[in-house]
Amino acid sequence: MSAQGEEVLIRPGGSRAGYWRDLWAYRELFAILAWRDVTVRYKQTVLGVLWTVLKPFLTMVVFTVIFGRLAGLPSHGVAYPVLVFAALLPWQFFAGAINECGVSLISNANLLTKVYFPRLIIPASSVAASLADFLVCCGIMAGLMVFYQVNPGWRLFWLPLYLGIACFASLGGGLLFAALSIRYRDFKHIVPFVVQFGLFVSPVGFSSTVVPEKWRLVYALNPMVAVIDGFRWSLAGNQPAVPLYALVLSLASTALLFLSGVWYFRRTERAFADEI
Amino acid sequence: MNAMVHAEGLGKKYYLRHQKKDAYATLRDSIVEGMGRVCRLGRGGRETRDEFWALRDVSFQLQPGDRLGIIGRNGAGKSTLLKILSRITEPSEGVARIRGRVSSLLEVGTGFHPELTGRENIYLNGAILGMKRLEIKKKFDEIVAFADVERFLDTPVKRYSSGMYVRLAFSVAAHLEPDVLIVDEVLAVGDAQFQKKCLGKLEQASREEGRAVLLVSHNMAAIEALCSTALYLRNGGTKAHGPAREVIERYLGDMAVSAASEVSKRSDRSGKGMVRLTGIRPVGAAVGGSCSVGDDLRLALSVENRYGHPVSARMCLSLRSSNDIGLIVCDSYLTGETHTLAANSVTTLSCTVFAPPLNYGEYFVNVTILKDDQVEDYLPSALRFSVESGTFDNHVRQQAAFPILARFSWKVEGDEAADAP
Repeated sequence: MSAQGEEVLIRPGGSRAGYWRDLWAYRELFAILAWRDVTVRYKQTVLGVLWTVLKPFLTMVVFTVIFGRLAGLPSHGVAYPVLVFAALLPWQFFAGAINECGVSLISNANLLTKVYFPRLIIPASSVAASLADFLVCCGIMAGLMVFYQVNPGWRLFWLPLYLGIACFASLGGGLLFAALSIRYRDFKHIVPFVVQFGLFVSPVGFSSTVVPEKWRLVYALNPMVAVIDGFRWSLAGNQPAVPLYALVLSLASTALLFLSGVWYFRRTERAFADEI
Repeated sequence: MNAMVHAEGLGKKYYLRHQKKDAYATLRDSIVEGMGRVCRLGRGGRETRDEFWALRDVSFQLQPGDRLGIIGRNGAGKSTLLKILSRITEPSEGVARIRGRVSSLLEVGTGFHPELTGRENIYLNGAILGMKRLEIKKKFDEIVAFADVERFLDTPVKRYSSGMYVRLAFSVAAHLEPDVLIVDEVLAVGDAQFQKKCLGKLEQASREEGRAVLLVSHNMAAIEALCSTALYLRNGGTKAHGPAREVIERYLGDMAVSAASEVSKRSDRSGKGMVRLTGIRPVGAAVGGSCSVGDDLRLALSVENRYGHPVSARMCLSLRSSNDIGLIVCDSYLTGETHTLAANSVTTLSCTVFAPPLNYGEYFVNVTILKDDQVEDYLPSALRFSVESGTFDNHVRQQAAFPILARFSWKVEGDEAADAP
């Protein structure tokens, strides 16, 4: 679909000029696909919401026991469950979004081969759908904060910045995975592994102050480090602020990930319908 | 220029990769293959890639209100053409310009989700087809009324009967208001009455609102009824283009001719070709043969195996009506059998269809031979045969309009006094 009176030009390697305009024209499809994913997820399983709640909650319990009790890692005067859950919040979102995004093209194959629309809509809407789970988990976080009497104060208003970084980072990585999984079908096994691995190189179970000083710069290249530290700082109180260099590095690596994701996706997009 | 659609020299090229056993590439394969390529460097080994033109040099124009039917055998490039015009896939050559809003309907109910209710699916499907939410809202009642599913609006569509599902899906599509509508074979589903309603809706939209319609169908009657002009594709190229009736006659004529020419010399076949059909004829009848209504149909096939080893083949015949609608399939896969063809020789097989319920008329047979799930030989219209009039069960008269016959009986089950007027 394009607006009335417009001309669509179809030619080899062409018809790309209107892509971003089309993306805007299809914004309603983006919203409705995200809505579909959320509705179906919570309709299909009775345990829908419960599952969304249980997974991070149990992970939190395990991490608290292993890192807080057994390893005795520092928590800067905050209850360890709060420390862990403030990190799990963005991490679960990031991991969920990147997984969903990575398989989104394959699971919507019927749309790819039957209708035209800018393909970016599909992975983007799957990231948006993951925000629903994030909101549910925010409820648990609020509960924990009340229980442990944590008052974040004005820092709470910085949260959207870090959530934004997480969105762009997961979309960037997800776009790469989505495009690659069209060409290479074994990617759907690789993605969960990579994400699982990411859990251990991100400061989810422990504070990033555990990492030796001289490695912090390298560590900050992981875009999720600043996001997680930012969430902790905004929510848990008493936590060290995200150093400026870490925020800048995180923004830079996120931008790089996002742009390369979009670039590769756009480059391979035209062959999706032929290859899927 | 005032054309709604202006297509010039459209073509689409695919590469057939011969080395690949799987349809899907995996990263593992690519790595292994890449290493292999490095090892073979300097020895001139490389992957064989065959070009295959699914569509070549197709041009046409559509003015407002024009309705173009696209016909041709399976694999002639009809769907490829529609996919290019719908911008799902890019052409390899040529240009098309389309003025105004395009909607394509390549499938009924694209994106319908079984867990969602009828109401939810209307919004979802509408958005996928390119409608704005407000537009759908405005037409919502009309869509529901056309589909006749008011009572089930809040039931998940997985509980719908297939008829209801199709009606709802088509109804959403029928309420699109594009300038150019592209439709692929979707009329083949649904009951006859609803099909008629849809055809009427399409025609009305085109006539009254100046929409251009492109329609692919195997249903020659539908094409003839709806379309003013037709485009006949064969092996990716344009075979004929002009008034619908003439083009359809040409197409049906070609099907008859290709069936009459000798099987082993036919080149309009596809498949690997190491196992080939070299002859097919009805048994117990004259060449070009016939049988009568109600008789067993027995076909003798000669199949050549060029492999140096015996092959267990899956044999598949489909009996088709004269307007190329599949009626009966005799696929040895269905009976769970394979048939052994001796190495480097020609094997004779026979296939008997026990009293097929075919009315008198002309029929075609397509033959497919597969080995290990790969098509060795596919020959459309390998044989034309006619069924002569004869007796069928308790029928005492005959009527040509319907190709399939069935036993039936009418009975009065009782009566009740009518109220006095």
